[in-house]
Amino acid sequence: MRLLLALLLLVSWPARAEEVVLGLSQDSVSISTNFDGSEILIFGAVKREDAIPEDPPLQVIIAVAGPDQSVTVRKKDRRFGIWVNVEAVEIDAAPSFYAIATSAPWNEVISDVEDLRHSISIPRAIRSVGAPMDVSDPQSFTDAIIRIRKSNRAYQLHESSVNLREETLFDTAIAMPANLTEGAYPTRIFLTRGGEVVSQYETEIDVRKVGLERWLFTLSREQPLLYGLMSLAIAIAAGWGASAAFRALRG
Amino acid sequence: MQIYLPIAEVAVNAFLLLGLGGAVGVLSGMFGVGGGFLMTPLLFFIGIPPAVAVATEANQIVASSFSGVLAHLRRKTVDLRMGTVLLIGGLVGAALGVMLFNYLKSLGQVDLLVKLCYVVFLGIIGGLMFIESLNALRNQRSGKAPPRKKHNWIHGLPFKMRFRTSGLYISVIPPLIVGVAVGVLAAIMGVGGGFIMVPAMIYLLGMPTKVVVGTSLFQIIFVTGFTTMLHATTNYTVDVVLAVLLLVGGVIGAQVGTVIGSKLRAEQLRILLAIMVLAVCGKLAFDLLVTPSELFVVGATGGH
Repeated sequence: MRLLLALLLLVSWPARAEEVVLGLSQDSVSISTNFDGSEILIFGAVKREDAIPEDPPLQVIIAVAGPDQSVTVRKKDRRFGIWVNVEAVEIDAAPSFYAIATSAPWNEVISDVEDLRHSISIPRAIRSVGAPMDVSDPQSFTDAIIRIRKSNRAYQLHESSVNLREETLFDTAIAMPANLTEGAYPTRIFLTRGGEVVSQYETEIDVRKVGLERWLFTLSREQPLLYGLMSLAIAIAAGWGASAAFRALRG
Repeated sequence: MQIYLPIAEVAVNAFLLLGLGGAVGVLSGMFGVGGGFLMTPLLFFIGIPPAVAVATEANQIVASSFSGVLAHLRRKTVDLRMGTVLLIGGLVGAALGVMLFNYLKSLGQVDLLVKLCYVVFLGIIGGLMFIESLNALRNQRSGKAPPRKKHNWIHGLPFKMRFRTSGLYISVIPPLIVGVAVGVLAAIMGVGGGFIMVPAMIYLLGMPTKVVVGTSLFQIIFVTGFTTMLHATTNYTVDVVLAVLLLVGGVIGAQVGTVIGSKLRAEQLRILLAIMVLAVCGKLAFDLLVTPSELFVVGATGGH
């Protein structure tokens, strides 16, 4: 029954004029001990039944996001001549990583309304509601997190970095830094014409710790007492080892 | 060589951490301090999340202090009896300190108070030590004998105990009070308290400088060991990979530091310690007074 329904849906789905067929150089990232960032090649083609529409030109936006986290942003201010944290705003959800690549300058590829609808640009990807009433300028806190994360390359906007050939083939490379958080990284591709989204496609890149990293992380969460004792045992053993080695060296 | 840290979730340069651990380990072996006050800001600087830095460093200090204590035990410069008395006081003090800290937090603006106290406190201790050791050094040069220890009201207190290694026969009450006071301060300020403990032992208890270093390290092992377990089981913030990288440097540094310390005279050791305390104080004051380049700080939810 359910299968039938699905089939019906599939058949009755209106055939879209232009659709994305996507490929990834890798659909998962394994974080091992010597992980030092990763570059993911995202490529694809535009599938269409009809001829290429004339105007306006086709544009592509690719957005890769890390898992959402809630973060606290604190602001320092001068009180009695001393700099102290005075205000704090909790941002409900900010992706740990966010990279956008477009095929043309930002304001040529998408309109503000469409950006708002699909939450594509960096400020739109951050959700902050309910800042405390006594905070004078809540927007400045969101701006701050974007500024700080852009400077350490956690947030990236690469305009005109998607290669688009014959309005059909496109590709880009997204550099993921070494400081990656584990989780599913939703990857979205939008096709736009004249600032309007004409088609979108969504997939996920799976970022996982493997091997020793996986083992230690799991141990620390599931057997914290054992993990703590192990850490202490390593510390004591190392301290004793260094002492014994020095005695042997000097004697 | 980049190494990815499983708990901190950042990649760091392994050699940088080895060097960092080594440098702090030398200070630890020389002066009997844990070195957390130096390590914490350095780890923040290379991008380790604050909660992970504080917890992991406790684990690393266990290693370098243990290494240092073994070196001092060989030289018979650890007063185990005094260390135990201070430790008992310290644990009681730490428990009181945590309660006091939570009370202050409920009043708000505790950060400012703590930092101000810290700067004032370090400034006074460092300044007094500096002047005292400079005078001692000068007297020695000009050939004057150091003033004899005077008997004062402390020697009139009951529960006397013989501390053979320190060459003291005093009541257990002053060491217990010193332990409690340092424990309270350490808990409020979030540091191990080594460089408050060391001057307190020298000036308040009148212990010989050489014995102070080993004894301080002895009690630091237990305090930081306890802290490590607490962080590992409640916050899950001990990163064992980071700890290993730091402690390999740390345990070697502690051995080197002990050797350097044994070659220096007590006055020289005290003057260097005073300079270090003043430098930390200066750094904190600098942070409070100078306009920061970035007014906003991004932190994970929770933690202070």
